[in-house]
Amino acid sequence: MTTPASATDDRPRVALSHRLAERGVDRSLLLLLPGALFLIAFFIYPFLYGLNLSLHPLPKHGTGVLANYVNFFTDPYQRATIWITLKIGLPAALINVLASVPIAYRLRGKVRGKRLLTTALVIPITLGTVLTAAGMIEYFSGTGWLNRVLMVAGLTDVDHPVPLLHNYWGVMLSLVVSGFPFAFLLTLSYLSGIDPSLEAAAATLGAGRWQRFRSISFPLLVPGLAMTFCLNFVLAFSVFPSAVLLGDPQDTTHVMSIAAYDAAYQEYDYSKASAIAMIMAVVMLVVISTVLLGRGRLYRGSSGGKG
Amino acid sequence: MTEQRFDQLRLQQVSRRFGEKTVLDTLNLTITGGEFVALLGPSGCGKSTALNCLAGLLPLTQGSIWLDDQRVDTLPPERRGFGMVFQNYALFPHLTVRGNVGFGLQMRRVGRVESHRRVDEALRLVQLTDYADRLPGQLSGGQQQRVAIARAIVIEPRLVLMDEPLSNLDAALRLDMRTEIRRLHQSLGLTTVYVTHDQEEALSLADRLVVLREGVVQQVGTPQQLYGSPANAYVAGFMGYRNLLSMTVTAGVGASVTASGHGVELTGLAVGDLSPGPAIVAIRPDDILVGEPPAGPSGNRIEVSVEVTEYHGRQISVQARLPHGQALQLRTDVPVERGEVVPVWIPTEQVLVFPGSQAAGSEQADRTEVGV
Repeated sequence: MTTPASATDDRPRVALSHRLAERGVDRSLLLLLPGALFLIAFFIYPFLYGLNLSLHPLPKHGTGVLANYVNFFTDPYQRATIWITLKIGLPAALINVLASVPIAYRLRGKVRGKRLLTTALVIPITLGTVLTAAGMIEYFSGTGWLNRVLMVAGLTDVDHPVPLLHNYWGVMLSLVVSGFPFAFLLTLSYLSGIDPSLEAAAATLGAGRWQRFRSISFPLLVPGLAMTFCLNFVLAFSVFPSAVLLGDPQDTTHVMSIAAYDAAYQEYDYSKASAIAMIMAVVMLVVISTVLLGRGRLYRGSSGGKG
Repeated sequence: MTEQRFDQLRLQQVSRRFGEKTVLDTLNLTITGGEFVALLGPSGCGKSTALNCLAGLLPLTQGSIWLDDQRVDTLPPERRGFGMVFQNYALFPHLTVRGNVGFGLQMRRVGRVESHRRVDEALRLVQLTDYADRLPGQLSGGQQQRVAIARAIVIEPRLVLMDEPLSNLDAALRLDMRTEIRRLHQSLGLTTVYVTHDQEEALSLADRLVVLREGVVQQVGTPQQLYGSPANAYVAGFMGYRNLLSMTVTAGVGASVTASGHGVELTGLAVGDLSPGPAIVAIRPDDILVGEPPAGPSGNRIEVSVEVTEYHGRQISVQARLPHGQALQLRTDVPVERGEVVPVWIPTEQVLVFPGSQAAGSEQADRTEVGV
């Protein structure tokens, strides 16, 4: 709606609401409100609160604002948690992503039994970590099915079962069991988004199976894989239940989340726990931004046939 | 590493079934080296299936394909050495124009210098030299299509397959690209199989046409043969016989038969084996002349009422009604008005009478006309 031209200005004035709408300000912005409120109430405020808390160490740790951080990095036992967590999180995410590629590649497009297989692969997600961990304790323990089969096969004996529990490998296995379906589903959806006629075109141009994958599908898939890796890494990095249930929580799988938990609920030192949580966030951020920075250098446009 | 030319490409009894449905039924076709063959038919007639079978993207259910005395239907697509242009272009979005065009050469391990020279040459042919370093997403539809063509011809394929390459372009661009494709074919002499549902495209481009219907070949011939003497009502529908009237043959003397229906009686030329009974009478809109019969040639004089007129510049396109309500399309330069009842004249030799019932031709009733 325009107002009639006034004596001082010959051009018709455009209504304020139209001028705002041109800059993207209109009532549909209200749709963002619930999300914004949620973010403020449940993420930004707790985050700032925790940050503030971490900067107010208990008197016994010293007086400096950064005392908690200084203590963390000077104590070898605590400092090691960064390395321990990375040593679990990075390979777990990498294994999940790399394992999902060939399976998703084979299952892209129409394949008989695809739905059945997809369902079977997704079930671990729906069960939750604790239930999965409980099952794994049964299965992988010294007297579990896996070791019994290995004993029957003569590959091991009752005194030397393959140790798959309460160590690094127990946690790793659980992260693969729970993280792989997640990686697989994401990879499958990224792959399905690549126009199959691209590979058909490559074939008519003389590219064999491996060349088609290497030169066409893989480069188009890599940005999606980077994203999948990040999400999987975040899940693996904050591993807690399986590190406790299937790992060796005071030693080889003393991950950062356990360190934070111990600080908060064993020592009742919320300030120290907050500091550990902050360090955890920074490490995750460093890994993710490195991956995403690398991803930014790749082709990320549409992967449809029309380019 | 030039692919050697061939004398004959033979499709023998080629069939393709999807489950219970036969999409392509015993196609026999021999293509001579250097020829431009168009497969013509509506969507679902099996023309794209035939092309994918040729390319190796779909296995045959039956039959064989031979290049001279080499059997090719058992080879995977990458070993056939055929270039293909896809309907959606299928350009590699992460590679530049140069990368796309050079892809086939790279797969053939052509040296850098030689490859660079051939890509330049192909880009020059399709007039895209200045766009070599762009990504496909930065090009217009017509430019993308030209990249797709350059990519297919740079490998000097034994056979070029084109799957409705112009159907995603707008009307003006389509005409330009048609000329371009014809020019490329004439200058390079590449054997081409071209799939289209557009009869105008097929007639103007091809040396030979294959009309398909539900996987079965209806007629094979030069554009002149198909346009001049369609073998059946279905082909006629594709060749501009926009009026396909189901009528009943009442009398026949030699090649000339008379059919009646819709309140009129028409005498025309019999095509095929006609006996008294149901028939389809095919007439092109251009062959219906508005006015009283001229002296001399024999023909049919009927009266029609004008229902819709469309102005087309030199001529008007008219939808008229026969006495019992059947629609009749005609084109004329005589001014007629809506609601008017006008006499029209149809020369006998322009009326074709085919055996069959309307069901065979009805799906063609709304086809656009040839040669507008």
